[in-house]
Amino acid sequence: MTPVLQAQNVCKYYDLGTQRIEALKNVSIEIQKGEFVAIVGKSGSGKSTLMHILGLLDTPSEGEVILNGVNTKGMSEKELAGVRNNEIGFVFQSFNLLQRTTVLDNVMLPLKYSSVPNTEWKKRALEKIELVGLSERLNNKSNELSGGQKQRVAIARALVNNPSIILADEPTGNLDSKTGEEIVKNFLDLNSQGKTIILVTHDDDLAKIAKRQIVLKDGYVVK
Amino acid sequence: MIYIPEIVKSALSALSLNKVRTFLTMLGVIIGVFSVVALVAVVQGFQNYITDQFNSLGSNLLLVTPSIGNGNQDPSRAFMGNKLSVKNIDTINLYVGDKIEGATVSVRIAKTIKYKTKEYDSTVVGGNYMSYDVYGLSKYSGDYYTKSDDAREAKVVFLGWKVKEELFGDQDPVGQKIKIDNSTFEVIGVADSKGQTFDDRVYIPDSTLRSEFNIDTVSSIAVKVKESYDIEEVLREVKTALFKDMKADDFSVVTQKDVLSSIDQILGVLSIALAAVAGISLLVGGIGIMNIMLVSVTERTQEIGLRKALGATSANIGIQFMIEAIFISVVGGSIGLGLGYLSTLAVRSFLRATIPWWTVLLALGFSIFVGIVFGTYPAVRAGKKDPIEALRFE
Repeated sequence: MTPVLQAQNVCKYYDLGTQRIEALKNVSIEIQKGEFVAIVGKSGSGKSTLMHILGLLDTPSEGEVILNGVNTKGMSEKELAGVRNNEIGFVFQSFNLLQRTTVLDNVMLPLKYSSVPNTEWKKRALEKIELVGLSERLNNKSNELSGGQKQRVAIARALVNNPSIILADEPTGNLDSKTGEEIVKNFLDLNSQGKTIILVTHDDDLAKIAKRQIVLKDGYVVK
Repeated sequence: MIYIPEIVKSALSALSLNKVRTFLTMLGVIIGVFSVVALVAVVQGFQNYITDQFNSLGSNLLLVTPSIGNGNQDPSRAFMGNKLSVKNIDTINLYVGDKIEGATVSVRIAKTIKYKTKEYDSTVVGGNYMSYDVYGLSKYSGDYYTKSDDAREAKVVFLGWKVKEELFGDQDPVGQKIKIDNSTFEVIGVADSKGQTFDDRVYIPDSTLRSEFNIDTVSSIAVKVKESYDIEEVLREVKTALFKDMKADDFSVVTQKDVLSSIDQILGVLSIALAAVAGISLLVGGIGIMNIMLVSVTERTQEIGLRKALGATSANIGIQFMIEAIFISVVGGSIGLGLGYLSTLAVRSFLRATIPWWTVLLALGFSIFVGIVFGTYPAVRAGKKDPIEALRFE
């Protein structure tokens, strides 16, 4: 079976004057459809860089990223934006919702950059908002929500385009433990429904909920 | 692909978050467009006023003036070396008398007219008995002065409508005495209203005016050509006739059309010059827009990163910021246009100020232009933001 996401011999380095900083060193990983994978590592291990490359927000200095069997190397900025829009749903630590914008509008945002007809937008967004249990807060502005509610809005937004992968970067980092557990449950539910989830975290306890862990250290995959 | 209505909605939503700032940014464009529109409208009003005055005289009028037609000559000649005289009327009548309806000298002085306790500042216009026809006047009451009044320097006056209204109100002034300086004159008639310039006048035989007020110059000579003759041809003949009295550079003969086109030319240049000066404030407004849009790009860096992560291209982001800049300048331009229109209503009682259609197009076109020009740099900067850096921005 073709992996949903593959990184093959991915290296990433930054040149700072005469000094070269290697953030990722020859990283090769495969993630199968429906997997729940945690990318774990301490600060500076390269996990954020790997997440950006897997999320097609950044390009590797060497190596390739293959998404659903399609090599993304050499894709134009517009093509990469299209792939991000259709295939990847992002959930960020700081929620990244549009301020003073309603729950509905926040969730509809990815649809506005998609080829989905605008007559479908509201229907799709409402489905996902219901899925995360926020139907009653539909017209609330994002700044009127609690942290947990904000993250559920972010999850609904990540799901709205039916992407192949959900990429979550420290999704419980800004939440108290009880709310964090609720969000974790959301991810587990999504995974049980067949959604591929990649969780990036430095928190070993959180990583344990994933079925597989990819551990990074000093830019290498060590496990 | 992105729907333009969605971009517009996003732009409006972003601008509405900072209403005061958005309005202050617009203010530069509002003032710029208002200035352009108001100044052009006022100049246009003057143009209308002058055209109306000339048109009321008829199109078949020739004006003989002391050398103002030739731009190469010293303008002071018009005052210092004025060679026009009453004798010129006889010369014109002698040589082209059959082709003209009449000719009159015109001597104008500003005087205060008194009737009992009332006073009114007016222009006293001296001309011969033909001036009634030449100026195309009509009688409200009484009569105009006659050839014999001219000959005997009769102390009679024919009042313009406004002068009658100010001094006599509803009373018929015919037969009443008025005073100009210390001389007393009998009112023999009143003119129908014919526009502000004419209504403010007091007509008097030029012979009387010269003797009473010690004036020996003639301001100009007006000649009314018969409709059946070609005005340009008569102009040449009047010129040739006047060569008997004066040298070529002592006088000019012009048609009304010439005078109007000279005035139009001057006002046209004035209009463009004023619009250009006002246009500078539009540019300042544009710089204000660019400044605020750059601040907005920085403030919304994280939002830009988010939108890119969710699938927006650089072009999507750029267009959104561009639309915000254009929106500010177009709404500002429209408000400026509206205020400009209101200003023309405010002055309409004394000036027929109008906004030409091209000013509306120019103002709105320039507003869009300002939005595009000054919105481009912030839009490009927004579009070029690296999504990772943008997402990390705090």
